Amino acid sequence: MSETLIRLENVSKSYGSGAEPAVRNLTLEVKKGEVLVLVGPSGCGKSTTLRLINRLIEPTSGRIYLDGEDVTDGDPSVLRRKIGYVIQQVGLFPHRTIAENIATVPKLLGWDKAKIEARIDEMLELVSMDPETYRDRYPKELSGGQAQRIGVARALAADPDVLLMDEPFGAIDPITRDRLQNEFLRLQQELKKTIVFVTHDIDEAIKMGNRIAILREGSEIAQLDTPEAILAHPADEFVESFLGSGAILKGLTLKKVRDIELHQVPTMSSPVMREQALETLRASDDQVALFLDANDKPTRWIDERALNRTSQPIEKSGRPVTVDLQPEDTLQDALTVMLQSSVGMAVVTDRKGKYLGCCTIESLAKLIMSDG
Amino acid sequence: MDFLFSLIDFALARQEQVLEGLAQHTGYVVTVLVSAGLFAILTGVVTRRSQLAKELALSIASVFLTIPSLALFVVFIPLVGLGFAPSFIALFLYSLLPILRNTITGLDGIDPGVLESAKGMGFSPVQVLLKVELPLAWPIILAGIRVSSMLVVGIAAIATLVAGGGLGDFIKSGLARLPLPNSLESIWLGTLLCLVLALVIDLILQALRVATISKGIR
Repeated sequence: MSETLIRLENVSKSYGSGAEPAVRNLTLEVKKGEVLVLVGPSGCGKSTTLRLINRLIEPTSGRIYLDGEDVTDGDPSVLRRKIGYVIQQVGLFPHRTIAENIATVPKLLGWDKAKIEARIDEMLELVSMDPETYRDRYPKELSGGQAQRIGVARALAADPDVLLMDEPFGAIDPITRDRLQNEFLRLQQELKKTIVFVTHDIDEAIKMGNRIAILREGSEIAQLDTPEAILAHPADEFVESFLGSGAILKGLTLKKVRDIELHQVPTMSSPVMREQALETLRASDDQVALFLDANDKPTRWIDERALNRTSQPIEKSGRPVTVDLQPEDTLQDALTVMLQSSVGMAVVTDRKGKYLGCCTIESLAKLIMSDG
Repeated sequence: MDFLFSLIDFALARQEQVLEGLAQHTGYVVTVLVSAGLFAILTGVVTRRSQLAKELALSIASVFLTIPSLALFVVFIPLVGLGFAPSFIALFLYSLLPILRNTITGLDGIDPGVLESAKGMGFSPVQVLLKVELPLAWPIILAGIRVSSMLVVGIAAIATLVAGGGLGDFIKSGLARLPLPNSLESIWLGTLLCLVLALVIDLILQALRVATISKGIR
């Protein structure tokens, strides 16, 4: 895991003699299989740094190594075919079909036809797009989110070890962006590519990165560490101000619901004896109980008032459970659900919807305290 | 009505001349469009990275278009003699501007993100040009070629003045014999044939458009 795949050694890039260099004497190592996020204010040279790796920008000085091999000289086109590249503008070829777009690099590498055809379908399925439907469409027929999925599929088509991503989700609406990020993380768990990811959004950096390099002007590394370590111990004022307020809240995106101790509220299911239910409820510390259906799926919050209102069947009284969490959701999601919930708790279920327990503000606070 | 019949009679009596005139005229259009098209596209491609070179090429091409057509046909006679050559040169120079202008516009209009990703995926510079830049600029280049084709069909009628043949022969001989019998018929025949030729060429270019432009950018 700790093997270095990409190494920039004392790399500088300056435009003209008088100007401040965009990248100044940068040494950076990317380990095999990790997602390294370059994050920093605009103009800090993070995109330039990324483009030095596939030599879309040629360094003024310094060496670049890929898998131990010096790739600073030699044909840049050959190098780029080994490196996936995803950009914010996506840049699909509008005159080519989705299938042809995905086939770009395999074709450049001279794969045979049957292999390319199979690969196209495989890639479309990988990014959750139906091959039948999308193969022969043109980029103009896609939404922004779909286009970037194809952008990722195209970058992965020739199965490169390295993927460079320059603000890939930057131009996408927040809801779709969130979904794409999650999908991307899921993909990365399977694929284990070595990824260098540029963003200006610290929240995205914390969510996506195994390690984060926070850059200041001239692409100087202010801090390079895991998101947890950076949040817990920012190296200096610059990092602190860049993290912004609420580092603790940001840290919640790193933890999953399964990390916290679930609280058990009283539960009841059909048929409910009102008297008995009331007694259970009074005996417990909680003000509410959960009504579970025949499959153990929580459907309603039941409190004393609901139990006393005999005009309605229990199944229809109380407040409905609208959102449930699953163990792999982040604690930030949990916090949101809790704050929106009428009872200040979030229900956790397994994938099939079966009740597991509840997230409470107290358990969340306990977890944060224990970290501090 | 009478004039129409006499025009038809006039044409039928000279089928050979009509065919020859059409062939010569079409010859001009085809040779000029192919050569000027290649030259203008090449110029647009070579100058695409430099704002200065683009401006320069465009101003030179526009100068040609401002020279009176009659003069442009004549000035090359001392160099290349009479007939096809001076006419070809004049028409060639005339048709450069629309194609060059559209080539430059087309290449300039390509989404930088598309070029960036093409390079980033490992297209060589020549591959970027042939597989991305030209295909994407092609609809606009072709529109320029269409404008030039109309220009050439019209102006090629002047070739007759430098013994270059073409449908202008009918117009010239009609004018010379005005108002003798059949003179108006001759002028009309030359003019109408030019119109028909322009129409046919436009249809062909339209078909070429459908055949060569990807559905994704149509």
